[in-house]
Amino acid sequence: MSDAPRDLAGWSCPLPLRGYPRVVLGHGGGGALTNDLVEHLFVPAFANPSLDALGDASLVTVPGGRLALSTDGFVVRPLIFPGGSIGELAVNGTVNDLAMSGAAPRYLTAGFVIEEGLDMAVLGTIVHRMATAARRAGVQVVAGDTKVVERGHGDGLYITTTGVGLVPADVPRIGPDLARPGDVILVSGPIGDHGIAVMSVREHLAFETGIESDCAPLHTLVRDIVDARGGVHVLRDPTRGGLAATLNEIAQRSHVSLIVDEARVPIRPQVMAACDLLGLDPWHVANEGKLVAIVAAAVADEVLARLQAHPLGREAAIIGDVQAGRPGLVAARTRLGATRVVPMPLGEVLPRIC
Amino acid sequence: MKYLDEFRNGDIARRIVEDIHRMTTRPWAIMEVCGGQTHAIIRNGIDQILPQGLELMHGPGCPVCVTPLDVIDQALAIASLPGVTFCSFGDMLRVPGSDRDLLQVRSEGGDVRVVYSPLDAVALARALPDRQVVFFGIGFETTAPANAMAVHVARQEGLDNFSMLVSQVLVPPAIDAIMTAPGTRVQAFLAAGHVCSVMGLHQYPILAERYHVPIVATGFEPLDVLEGIRCAVRQLESGEARVENAYARVVSMAGNLPAQRMLADVFAITDRTWRGIGTIAASGWRLADAYQAFDAARRFGVQDIRTQESPLCRSGEVLRGALKPTQCPAFGRACTPRTPLGATMVSGEGACAAYFHYGRLRDDAPVHDDPVVLT
Repeated sequence: MSDAPRDLAGWSCPLPLRGYPRVVLGHGGGGALTNDLVEHLFVPAFANPSLDALGDASLVTVPGGRLALSTDGFVVRPLIFPGGSIGELAVNGTVNDLAMSGAAPRYLTAGFVIEEGLDMAVLGTIVHRMATAARRAGVQVVAGDTKVVERGHGDGLYITTTGVGLVPADVPRIGPDLARPGDVILVSGPIGDHGIAVMSVREHLAFETGIESDCAPLHTLVRDIVDARGGVHVLRDPTRGGLAATLNEIAQRSHVSLIVDEARVPIRPQVMAACDLLGLDPWHVANEGKLVAIVAAAVADEVLARLQAHPLGREAAIIGDVQAGRPGLVAARTRLGATRVVPMPLGEVLPRIC
Repeated sequence: MKYLDEFRNGDIARRIVEDIHRMTTRPWAIMEVCGGQTHAIIRNGIDQILPQGLELMHGPGCPVCVTPLDVIDQALAIASLPGVTFCSFGDMLRVPGSDRDLLQVRSEGGDVRVVYSPLDAVALARALPDRQVVFFGIGFETTAPANAMAVHVARQEGLDNFSMLVSQVLVPPAIDAIMTAPGTRVQAFLAAGHVCSVMGLHQYPILAERYHVPIVATGFEPLDVLEGIRCAVRQLESGEARVENAYARVVSMAGNLPAQRMLADVFAITDRTWRGIGTIAASGWRLADAYQAFDAARRFGVQDIRTQESPLCRSGEVLRGALKPTQCPAFGRACTPRTPLGATMVSGEGACAAYFHYGRLRDDAPVHDDPVVLT
């Protein structure tokens, strides 16, 4: 972790932690050291009445309607990367999973698994960036847990967040099984930024133009396009596995085929160049601040306009349509006018040799 | 980055394709040698927009596909050893050996790492003096200069914890072997542009003349591949058979002379086994005598490994162009991209994997990548 950038903006080390420049096993032992960490780092960062009570469980009040629940574990190396950190990822990842059901995210819980020896300043930076991300997303972190594992048994820091959100009563169900033939496929902006930003740091690659992670909360973008008319059928954020995995999941769950115009899928030139260099397919690269929407053709232009009117959707585009037949198939019309199959990525993204 | 737009332009591509349609009067079989070209063809659907009867045959130029099973098994054996850090290009990790692949070795505790350059492995050897760092040095003349450089640097620095498992192969002997194989159908070659950029073009005129076959040095962007095809068809239609350079922005007649000097220093010509094809005389490089101390197979004593190729896999016939993937009884049944029996089903540009995915565009084909039974 010694080469991680130290962004200490907004973080002042509380006195009891100052004696420990690194996390020690005792910080997870449930005693005084754990209390120091909770009271002097986590609670001040995420301050809200439910958390401040420090009970075994937090009580929150929710109005009627449907609850959305989601949980996600976050593992990334390096912990801090261009455009974000594991802290923002842990908030936005779960916020976005909630938002993809049409929900307005409300509450998060956070579990921290910390590797013994993690630089306390790095932990402080990440926690405060996480708190900033939670405020930006309008969610409260109302419960948490801390464990410390022995050095060598973790990758610095793992974070698991669980989220609760509310779906407005008048919004019809949105789900990956609801794409219908004739629907239109949109993406909210250029793909591949997050994965390439992380990889460029990991592989020590320097590009003429910097590439930053697109990590962002998408719930207000969703709020702007979802309404009682029910024109939005599917929302997914193409994280691991990228656009290719997301489209394949939708095609399989909805028993339809998805046909995408390759030339219409927005990709930044520097991301494309990095993918060419690394032997990667940008369609397989992870995003953390983009969504794929499948909507009724009648509302497609309106949804596109609303996406483009939002700061996170300025470069949104219509990229294809949904067809009946060959259920489960994802195909791309190439720039040369041919059609190729877009297979589901197998698993680990492995760079090509030639 | 300008090449992204210039050499992927759909309008220019359509004009070249129209040209090819205009000049094609008969069926022709053209083999693209390099896996990178196969990738461009599949990725852009170039094979779908050519005249009917103009057949592109996927050649043996994918190092992932032709690296022999005994070398893969040697890699698996070395990577499993305690104290070894085994470095490889990414897509070799999924190539099946006799009983497993490098990803499985890693899950069993082996220290297997993906690197982008053999020099990264040398840097690891410097950083990890207590570990034996091994680089999997495979590929054609394209990867060879960097691999040679890595061994050269390691010897210069006296890094005795670095070694290389070498399985370098060469294009011209493969072209020779394909043209002398009984029943060969290849009528023209798109030579691998990046191989030519290293070695130059002087090895090819003798082959073009001996077998009366056009050989066109061709690049890897969609327009490069189409231009190579246009040159090949023009020669075929006019009865010519010469070496032509359709990748002049990268390839020169002489090639990269400093790289060639490095190769001549570090490597020596040897017979090589090509997976699925068999042994081709003088078709590869081994470490030269002066560099034998860096030979990983020798250092770890894995030269005499016994291998077991799947009895169902007929990838050799596929690589020679003698069998279409769909004609293999295991295709789509026992052998899918998720459960590959042979290397041609592993990478996206492997002929079998390409057919598997492309076949899904037909209504009667299986949709999911599961070992389902085709009807």
